[in-house]
Amino acid sequence: MALDINKIRNDFPILKQMVHNRPLVYFDNAATTQKPVKVIESMDRIYRETNSNIHRGVHHLSDLTTRHFEEARETIRKFINARHDHEIIFTPGTTAGINLVAFSFGEKYVRQGDEIIISAIEHHSNIVPWQMLCERKGAKLKIIPINDHGELLMDQYEMLFSSETRLVALTHVANSIGTINPVKKMIETAHRHEVPVLIDGAQAVQHGRVDVQDLDADFYIFSGHKMYGPTGIGVLYGKEAILDELPPYQTGGEMVDQVSFEKTTFNRLPFKFEAGTPNYIGGIGLAAAADYLQETGLDEIAAREKDLLEYGNKRLAEIGGLHLFGEAGNKISIMSFILDDIHPYDAGMIIDKYGIAVRTGNHCAQPFMERFGIRGTIRASLVFYNTHQEIDLLCEAVEKVKQMFN
Amino acid sequence: MAEKTMTEIQEEIIEEFGIFDDWLDKYNYLIDLSKSLPIIDAKFKTPEFLIEGCQSSVWLKTEMVDGKVVFTADSDAIITKGIIALLVRVMSHRQPEEILDTDLYFIDRIGLKENLSPTRSNGLVSMIRQMKLYALAYQAKSKQK
Repeated sequence: MALDINKIRNDFPILKQMVHNRPLVYFDNAATTQKPVKVIESMDRIYRETNSNIHRGVHHLSDLTTRHFEEARETIRKFINARHDHEIIFTPGTTAGINLVAFSFGEKYVRQGDEIIISAIEHHSNIVPWQMLCERKGAKLKIIPINDHGELLMDQYEMLFSSETRLVALTHVANSIGTINPVKKMIETAHRHEVPVLIDGAQAVQHGRVDVQDLDADFYIFSGHKMYGPTGIGVLYGKEAILDELPPYQTGGEMVDQVSFEKTTFNRLPFKFEAGTPNYIGGIGLAAAADYLQETGLDEIAAREKDLLEYGNKRLAEIGGLHLFGEAGNKISIMSFILDDIHPYDAGMIIDKYGIAVRTGNHCAQPFMERFGIRGTIRASLVFYNTHQEIDLLCEAVEKVKQMFN
Repeated sequence: MAEKTMTEIQEEIIEEFGIFDDWLDKYNYLIDLSKSLPIIDAKFKTPEFLIEGCQSSVWLKTEMVDGKVVFTADSDAIITKGIIALLVRVMSHRQPEEILDTDLYFIDRIGLKENLSPTRSNGLVSMIRQMKLYALAYQAKSKQK
């Protein structure tokens, strides 16, 4: 059933405001998404009613908050269909999750001369931690190339494997242009070579169903704030068998079993990887976001976003001198474009005056921009609360930009 | 006629911008200004003179001519370039002391403060800092003599 857009827009209080005397058009959803009332209220309620540090006190409030937090873990487990609760590690976000694996997996398994495979359309956060690891260990990064549509070249991917390959770290959906990678197939390929795979799901979980068991991902990482949840919270899913083998990343309270000055033993999963007081309010807010997505229906969301992408592509293609980047057959509703002879910054400044929030620049994906010989793009990233009328407003603003700068 | 001070030029610019009642006129004027800026010689558009912003880039060249600091600058983005034209008008051909002692307030007053916000990262904030540093360096150098 199609979504009731009026009801949905009412769920997001921020969308009702005016910016520069015009109704806000929020097209910067790949950077962060807005929050539904359900999420805001879930966190507000904890602060007002039950706030207490978790897993530490025997007192009533601590017990209540601990229970809420562990229920949140269970909600996230169901959301991505993990096998066990303790495979869900709460982190501060995707970047933190990737860094955790780069450290802990790297310490355990990566040696001099080893290789790690990433792709040409990664976000900096799925490039730099691996570069640093390679530098520490004397290992080497190998890059899966892309074609002009922004799709990964599968035959080249297969050829990158060697007996030295230790890990594949791959984005599920590219943040710069929206390409959805065939991760299930790519994981299968890696597993045939007995190489585990980490998937950066930061741009994926909010746009459709993700089933980590079906994908058979070894690690699956995402952020709360990009899926309508709070900032400062994210999830690292890892298969139990692998997580159990990894050394801890950060150390401190909560993650320990026995501490003496001679020796410390570590707590079991998931606590081994959650040093210090976790962002339990964030975790509870994130679970509310996952509930919201389930109630709204991820299939319905995907269908609506597909419609927005089709309409947006069609409307933007009508504008002369506008070039879209990333025309993968399978992609989310991200439209990344440049205008002939107009700097993205200039365009962005004028589009902003129309009350439209777009991102301009290199989107933390400089290697991708270099591949196409451009310095940056204008990126409109749409989600299910956006509308056709808003796309029309963007087109109007782009026409104005052309008129002003040509 | 005595030369105008930096503060007087800033007041002049504020008055000029006072006639615009909406953002569109203001930005169109910036676009016009960008065309008035003497173009920096291509041979100076090198990394040495580049101030890199995440969003747009700025090139800044500085010389000392007859005891005054002369700035030439350019940007790959038109709006940034328009604001640079204003900055050059205010700050170029000045003694280092005046550059260092004068408060720069006109950008805020003409309603273009958003162009100096750190999130825009267009190289302008770094450029102003760089202009003042050059003035400081020239001042130190002249005192040594």
